[in-house]
Amino acid sequence: MAENKRIDEPTGTQTVGHEWDGIEELNTPLPRWWLLTFYACILWAIGYVIFFPAIPLLHDATKGISGWTSQGQLETALSAEAKRRAPITAAIAATPIEQLPANDKLMQAAIEGGRAAFKVHCVQCHGSGAAGSRGYPNLNDDDWLWGGDLATIHYTVTHGVRNPDHSETRFSQMPAFEGVLTTAEIGSTVSYVRMISGQQQPNAASARGAVLFAANCSQCHGPEGKGGRQFGAPNLTDGIWLYGEDRAAITQTVMKSRFGVMPRWNNRLDPVTIKMLAAYVHSLGGGEAAPNPAPAAASNVKP
Amino acid sequence: MSNLEGLIDPGSPLYEKRKGVYPKAVDGFFRRLKWAAMAVTLTIYYVTPWLRWDRGPYAPDQAVLIDLANRRFYMFAIEIWPHEFYYVAGLLVMAGIGLFLVTSAVGRAWCGYACPQTVWTDLFQHVERAIDGDRNAQVRLANAPWSFEKIVKRVSKHAVWIVIGVLTGGAWIFYFADAPSLMRSFLKGDAPLVAYSTVAILTATTYVFGGLMREQVCIYMCPWPRIQTAMLDEKSLIVTYKDWRGEPRTHGVKKAADQGIKTGDCIDCTQCVQVCPTGIDIREGPQIGCITCALCIDACDKVMAQIGQPRGLIDYCTLDDAAIEKAGGTSKPVLKTLFRPRTLAYLSIWSAIGLAMLFSLGARTRLDLSVQQDRNPIFVQLSDGAIRNNYTVKIRNMEARPRKVMLRVSGLEGARMWTQDGGRATASHEVEVSVEPDSVMKVRLFVAAPRNGPERQPFEISAQAAGANEKGDSDATQFERPEHEEDEE
Repeated sequence: MAENKRIDEPTGTQTVGHEWDGIEELNTPLPRWWLLTFYACILWAIGYVIFFPAIPLLHDATKGISGWTSQGQLETALSAEAKRRAPITAAIAATPIEQLPANDKLMQAAIEGGRAAFKVHCVQCHGSGAAGSRGYPNLNDDDWLWGGDLATIHYTVTHGVRNPDHSETRFSQMPAFEGVLTTAEIGSTVSYVRMISGQQQPNAASARGAVLFAANCSQCHGPEGKGGRQFGAPNLTDGIWLYGEDRAAITQTVMKSRFGVMPRWNNRLDPVTIKMLAAYVHSLGGGEAAPNPAPAAASNVKP
Repeated sequence: MSNLEGLIDPGSPLYEKRKGVYPKAVDGFFRRLKWAAMAVTLTIYYVTPWLRWDRGPYAPDQAVLIDLANRRFYMFAIEIWPHEFYYVAGLLVMAGIGLFLVTSAVGRAWCGYACPQTVWTDLFQHVERAIDGDRNAQVRLANAPWSFEKIVKRVSKHAVWIVIGVLTGGAWIFYFADAPSLMRSFLKGDAPLVAYSTVAILTATTYVFGGLMREQVCIYMCPWPRIQTAMLDEKSLIVTYKDWRGEPRTHGVKKAADQGIKTGDCIDCTQCVQVCPTGIDIREGPQIGCITCALCIDACDKVMAQIGQPRGLIDYCTLDDAAIEKAGGTSKPVLKTLFRPRTLAYLSIWSAIGLAMLFSLGARTRLDLSVQQDRNPIFVQLSDGAIRNNYTVKIRNMEARPRKVMLRVSGLEGARMWTQDGGRATASHEVEVSVEPDSVMKVRLFVAAPRNGPERQPFEISAQAAGANEKGDSDATQFERPEHEEDEE
């Protein structure tokens, strides 16, 4: 092949001697700066290997004299982010929870921080959309066992529900009526409850149940069954049922009672995170305005 | 082995040292055209960022500004948001088709007159001539041994080049920030690091490309000459040496005439080669190194005038016309060459895109609404029996003033909506929100509707700026309800 080399007339360049279907390849010399650029790249690569972690070894890799690591870069970025957040965190720490909404920027920051913390600590029971499930309250709705204003939510998150080791925890105690009332009486009471929540028409059973309700239930749930937040007693007249609205579920509740539990977070999370969680839960759509005179948390019933 | 040895032939080296190009100064029509092109392009480049344009108190007053931090692009009366980036895409398509148009009509005119590489190389070569003298003096200086004079000339030349490089890189950054304040902080030394590094990089590229590499960039680094080679056709005007008129070339016209030898018009004075900024010989025919700057036409015309021959031995000429002239015919008029189906097609596509963009710029609304239904949870049961859906609503106020925007729900029976601020007490079929000037507002909208209704019901949320007769914007979304299960017992 090489013996077919010839000088190409129009360009004056030698061919490499190959020929395919009449097409020949010219042996055009590369410019010398290209070669020098190539050498410069090699030098650069050598410098790179010296300065940065590069060569994989059995258990590790060469470290490089610059000391750069990707973990180190991440740490730098995280600490820069923490530094950026520091004033916001300090401001949230210094602001009483009731006054957070007055500062829109602070409230938004708290909600975003709460959203992140919720994903870590709360979704296990309340679900990733805070929609809850049977036995675990939906935090998006407007029905609150203990109250839905910022301070009350904050108290609930801080102290939890039914933590035996904690004196300030929320504690509601509904007696189990199995044995206290007969099965027929329980059936009548359930009929009454379903009547006041609009699930069935009044009848003889519900009329009997009304008397039983007034005697046994109205202390906590109120004479009209609208609940009592100071006791954590749910409103029985609305459309929201934590454990189900059908006859079997309500019967089970009356007979056995239900004791839902939520951990207290004041021994696990810092105060700022708890504030942020309260702000986030309040923002989900059911948040209530602060009641004017006394904060709801003051009238918490202890066991 | 023998093959390899055959390939690496000392006679044809693998690498080649750059041949020095020392273009000679020339004057003429095309040289003046190049001066004009240089003046226009450099003026546009350096002056544009300093032009002011009043947009009121909420927007920058720089006429042309690429505000990367806030993701806005300002160009005189036009403001482009990131979601309107298709206008920039449209401009790029127009630029592409514009290049097709120019290339098919007048060949590599972009390369010869308007390309920054050409303009800055030209500028650098004028600096070189001012310091070192014209071609012959430059060649002498290059071959001369190092002396005090040579050192002074080299140092001052490279210093001027670097100053031009700094000014070039310096002008670039002003397109990305408020020019006067950036200038002040740049000189004080407290401008952002990226400003200094951009200037440093562009200084380096300007100096290296315009001062040191020049035609090497065009021949080896730039893809555009190769693409243009594919777009040229036999009807494109290119710089042509009319060999049928010039050949056989000779130095000794008189001697040849004495001997009765017929000679062409080319007297082989090599003026065309000497003035060429890329160092080629146009008489070898069309080639990749030719940027069609037409300086060889100026040079040759001058010589033809001196020896009493008609101008245009080297001239803009199409391949078709070359064939016609070679056969003794007369070439087509220039206008007919320029306006032919292909160029007219490019021109009409180019103008159609431009007109479509102008029309849509004129008709665009400066209020934009996008509604996203929250998916987790899809619906919320409220205590009074109604169903609530949540929506994340983004309202773009693209005007440089704060505006009150009325959101309305339509097509959803009994719907009431409210935002976090007002709470459910303010629920109504419409909600007013205040949107900051030139910004996007994100609002969480709660919409409650009676439980009775389809499981999935399409409806619409619309936005209208208060007191504006602009048509506003609306977005379709849906309302979802739990499955209907008969749980009566």
